[in-house]
Amino acid sequence: MIEKLEQQFQAKIDAEVKIEPKDWMPEKYRKTLIRQISQHAHSEVVGMLPEGNWITRAPSLRRKIALVAKVQDEAGHGLYLYSAAETLGAERDDLLDQLHTGKAKYSSIFNYPATTWADMGAIGWLVDGAAIMNQVMLTRASYGPYARAMVRICKEESFHQRQGYEILLTLCRGTEIQKQMAQDSLNRWWWPSLMMFGPNDAESTHSAQSMAWKIKRKSNDELRQAFVDATVPQAKILGITIPDPDLKWNEERGHYDFGEIDWAEFWNVVKGNGPCNRQRIEDRKKAYEKGAWVRDAAVAYAEKREQRKAASKAKVA
Amino acid sequence: MKNWPLWEIFVRSKAGLSHKHFGSLHAADEAMAIENARDVYCRRNEGVSIWVVKSEHITASDPADADPLFEPAKDKVYRHPTFYVLPDEVGHM
Ligand SMILES: [Fe+2]
Ligand SMILES: [Fe+2]
Repeated sequence: MIEKLEQQFQAKIDAEVKIEPKDWMPEKYRKTLIRQISQHAHSEVVGMLPEGNWITRAPSLRRKIALVAKVQDEAGHGLYLYSAAETLGAERDDLLDQLHTGKAKYSSIFNYPATTWADMGAIGWLVDGAAIMNQVMLTRASYGPYARAMVRICKEESFHQRQGYEILLTLCRGTEIQKQMAQDSLNRWWWPSLMMFGPNDAESTHSAQSMAWKIKRKSNDELRQAFVDATVPQAKILGITIPDPDLKWNEERGHYDFGEIDWAEFWNVVKGNGPCNRQRIEDRKKAYEKGAWVRDAAVAYAEKREQRKAASKAKVA
Repeated sequence: MKNWPLWEIFVRSKAGLSHKHFGSLHAADEAMAIENARDVYCRRNEGVSIWVVKSEHITASDPADADPLFEPAKDKVYRHPTFYVLPDEVGHM
């Protein structure tokens, strides 16, 4: 029986029919999706922290409103994704708990600090740029609510990347010191951005099943290569240098070759030992705990209004 | 979020179009659901009107019953205009 259901399920996916919340699905598909979608949601939410750090120090009102709008978008992205995970039966509180206790991961890139204003440029350009590669692929994911959330997210992301690139462009056309600041930022964010695509295909554990289920449609290495190919010409326009001596155009492949990623660093940050892991989780927990009274007050207010409505109805009757 | 019910959000993107399901969110009551829907789904002029419905008030057909449920419509070709054969000189009808 279950085998037959599984075959029908796979046949649907092979025929590009979307899976919707109430449809039958293998338990493992459900679990894998909850894990992937909630970790994606956590990444959006934790991703607000490095940028939030610079809102009060933005160099102009124009930069400030753009940054506020971007950070607000990321909060929205988190919400779309938590909602998508909830359609699979996950509880929001459980998901948040998993983030706060370290049971669930989020993108490791957000465990690096944003130490200069130029980092607001590099994050928009590179980090959002890398996220876009992944998210464009996910607009075609087999699970309907996830794919639809991705369509909304992708519409908003291009503003993020453009505002970041514009920040760097302005610095690169400024004084020598400003240009150096942009270069320093690229030096620090380049490699962690490449790591965002995850381990090399040969090392990637979940990939084959996720590909068959079409909750992933391109391999880590394919996406990483597409990102490098798109980004190198953009760095040239900025006039800053990507910190990789092995980076060069490969005529035969029609792609850029690039150097080996420091996987020891990658795994170290994944395991919790990056520069900001502890601080990020602390900040999220603090925000959640400090917001408890707001959540309680909203419930109390809603109850009071409900009672008043009932009372005035009773009077009329 | 356990005390905040889940709401389904429907947005009319412009006058003349019907409300369309945009997604869901948690809110303490209907007023907050509308405000949150504005902030979550309408930050870029996506809408001119919002409906919010508590998710628990929606009754859905069972996807497992989709075949028998929709089967009655499947063999009724005579409900479609192309079923009726008219000479070419009638033109568009
Ligand atoms: Fe985002
Ligand atoms: Fe973004």
